[in-house]
Amino acid sequence: MHEFALAEGVAVTALAAARAEGLKRITRLVVSIGELQQVERTLFAEILREVMPQTHADLAGAELELRTVPAVLRCHACGNEFGLAACAESLGDAPAEAIHFIPELARAYLCCPACGSPDFAIVRGRGVWLEQVEGTA
Amino acid sequence: MSPDPRPAVIGRRLQEVRRIVAVTGGKGGIGKSMVAACLALCLARRGGRVGLLDLDFTGPCAHLFLGLDLGFPAENAGLVPAEQRGIRFMSIAHFAGAEPVSLRGVDVSSALVELLAVVRWGALDYLVIDLPPGLGDTLLDAVRLLQRGEYLAVATASAVVVATVERTLRLLRKVEAPVLGVIENMRRAPSGAVAGLAAAAGVPFWGSLPFDPHLEEALGRPEAMAATQACTALDRIAARYLLP
Repeated sequence: MHEFALAEGVAVTALAAARAEGLKRITRLVVSIGELQQVERTLFAEILREVMPQTHADLAGAELELRTVPAVLRCHACGNEFGLAACAESLGDAPAEAIHFIPELARAYLCCPACGSPDFAIVRGRGVWLEQVEGTA
Repeated sequence: MSPDPRPAVIGRRLQEVRRIVAVTGGKGGIGKSMVAACLALCLARRGGRVGLLDLDFTGPCAHLFLGLDLGFPAENAGLVPAEQRGIRFMSIAHFAGAEPVSLRGVDVSSALVELLAVVRWGALDYLVIDLPPGLGDTLLDAVRLLQRGEYLAVATASAVVVATVERTLRLLRKVEAPVLGVIENMRRAPSGAVAGLAAAAGVPFWGSLPFDPHLEEALGRPEAMAATQACTALDRIAARYLLP
């Protein structure tokens, strides 16, 4: 599953961030998961817990907090701001899978519920990112 | 803090790739996709382990030259490009099918980073990349993210094309991206325009591919494509400049 690749990115980035802040042992990571990519939170946490000690021993045992961030999309044509529920109701399995792999493909499959334009910005809730790294020096 | 975790693993995804050859030119319609697809084909037919990455999100078409399948790639700790005709292939067309992919700059960058971060190429001798027209996000991100990328420029003898490719070569020099050479495509008559362009830019001129009226008939058929005059000429160039 490609979540493994994303989790590896989180672990490597967390380690680099910890080193940049002079942290030797990492005790807690806060990771945000954007709604648009439809990454399942429990599954991602399991994978991340598996990947962290493989990346570096200093990541082993770190507490993990995962937050889900709702997707917010803004139409360039009419200015309407909308969420995924407003436009993805009838999305089929294949388009949902495509957006799961490459969230920007929302632009190919979704449109503004107010005006129908496919030209919208992904304001929030796109993918997976690191919010916070805590540890001891 | 909200760092994007994806760029940190791009180097890992490409660590078993010996050479990354990105085909560019700046101008649309000059045959970059044909050169990229056929270069991958020639290198694979000569025994190389080859990947082909189509980064033209707006008009992905590298698969059309070689008749490559667009089913969803397999997942195994990332996306694994299916090997077809001896080539591991990845394109946004796997996910978008025939839907128009109209992306603004920030989305182009993000989609490109996603693909580079999650695709597991494995061990390759060559990863050939088909870059889109223009000097914008994709080319800049390729230069930024593909630290071992080498650039191969395609041009035709048209003065309009030469002027654009000249700008591309200037940009690549400014950002200190290594240029392997320039190939003249669709040559209809002897002309020193592309060789002159390469000489003026201080980069090697690799040679010419003749205009081939039968290329269209060979689309989607790798054996027929390999037998075209254009692909035969490209094979000679690949053997001379890219094989160990």
